Amino acid sequence: MTTDLKEKAPLGRVIVITSGKGGVGKTTSSAAISAGLAKQGFKTVVIDFDVGLRNLDMTMGCERRVVFDFINVIQGDARLKQALIRDKRLDTLSILPTSQTRDKNALTKEGVEKVLDELKQEFDYIICDSPAGIEHGAQMAMHFADEAVVVTNPEVSSVRDSDRVLGLLSSQTKRAETKDSEPVKAQVLITRHDPVRVESGEMMTVEDVLEILAVPLLGVIPESQAILKASNTGTPVVLDQPSVAGRAYEDAVSRLVGNDVEMRIEGERRPGLLHRIFGRAS
Amino acid sequence: MSIFSFARRPRRPKSAETAKNRLQILLAHERSGGGGKQPDYLPMLQRDIVEAIRKHVAIKETDVDIRMERGDEMSSLEINIELPGATTP
Ligand SMILES: Nc1ncnc2c1ncn2[C@@H]1O[C@H](COP(=O)(O)OP(=O)(O)O)[C@@H](O)[C@H]1O
Ligand SMILES: [Mg+2]
Repeated sequence: MTTDLKEKAPLGRVIVITSGKGGVGKTTSSAAISAGLAKQGFKTVVIDFDVGLRNLDMTMGCERRVVFDFINVIQGDARLKQALIRDKRLDTLSILPTSQTRDKNALTKEGVEKVLDELKQEFDYIICDSPAGIEHGAQMAMHFADEAVVVTNPEVSSVRDSDRVLGLLSSQTKRAETKDSEPVKAQVLITRHDPVRVESGEMMTVEDVLEILAVPLLGVIPESQAILKASNTGTPVVLDQPSVAGRAYEDAVSRLVGNDVEMRIEGERRPGLLHRIFGRAS
Repeated sequence: MSIFSFARRPRRPKSAETAKNRLQILLAHERSGGGGKQPDYLPMLQRDIVEAIRKHVAIKETDVDIRMERGDEMSSLEINIELPGATTP
């Protein structure tokens, strides 16, 4: 399957990872999803749209190799090829880091579109890691998307913000503005899900969240120690040692590319007391 | 935590140590760069290099490629310049 793909023209599919609320797991998910796609043989690039903060390079473990960035390319100070960082673990994976010194206004619609168009010539999947909020930066990240992964924690403010983002996706994007074009295909990815707290009634269930948001479910990622460990070392969780969270991301990636994968909702934490004291990341 | 000292093997999690090191290296560079900024001088450096070489050889702006790898002891800058083929004067 992967060998076939290499012969064909690239898919050039733009997917935004967005949420509204900050700290829900967009950057973690962008890293895991892009690495998961690249692992399956798809040529993938992940772009950091969080101008001024820049965290994706740290999460991907390439922070020491940043020379030029997305904004340099938009402003014509560097060519796209120079700014792209080729991942050292997967040769199908590239990272386009962002600038830490500019502000979000450096992202112009024309500039972003030009870069995306150029990336579409070479990559199957273009993953856009959105900043938090619903302002300019987040709107630039979603504007040219074909698909959206709305990262949501089973928690009230996160679900509420996801709902607002879904509204923007269906009204403020290029697809929404273009007559006769399909709407952005949006799916929800529930992250930091804790089965123990769901069971005790402290956390909304997956069904609760889906009932409110009324969009298809891409996957459920458990609250996991493996995520912290992976981010410490700058490794996308799907490239780290096997973990429940890594598996959940791999399943989500398979669904994203159109495979029918049974939804399993697993947790890392088990209820037993001894387990809680001595529990280790799986 | 100290109640469980019997469980406190010499096990400072290795990944936390890695996280700290990575941050120290990165932040040292971020704080020291001119005005606390990242390598904004690189586009200028690239332009200067192209100009300097053009005094001797005809190259395009796109023939220069700059890569960097930051380390704790030292950083390296890798500059690749594609020169025209041997047939060109
Ligand atoms: N499934 C998870 N389990 C545990 N911690 C997580 C999980 N997902 C994300 N995190 C942690 O939450 C924090 C915020 O995640 P991040 O991906 O940076 O969010 P965002 O990009 O939405 O602001 C990080 O410290 C990250 O390690
Ligand atoms: Mg982020």
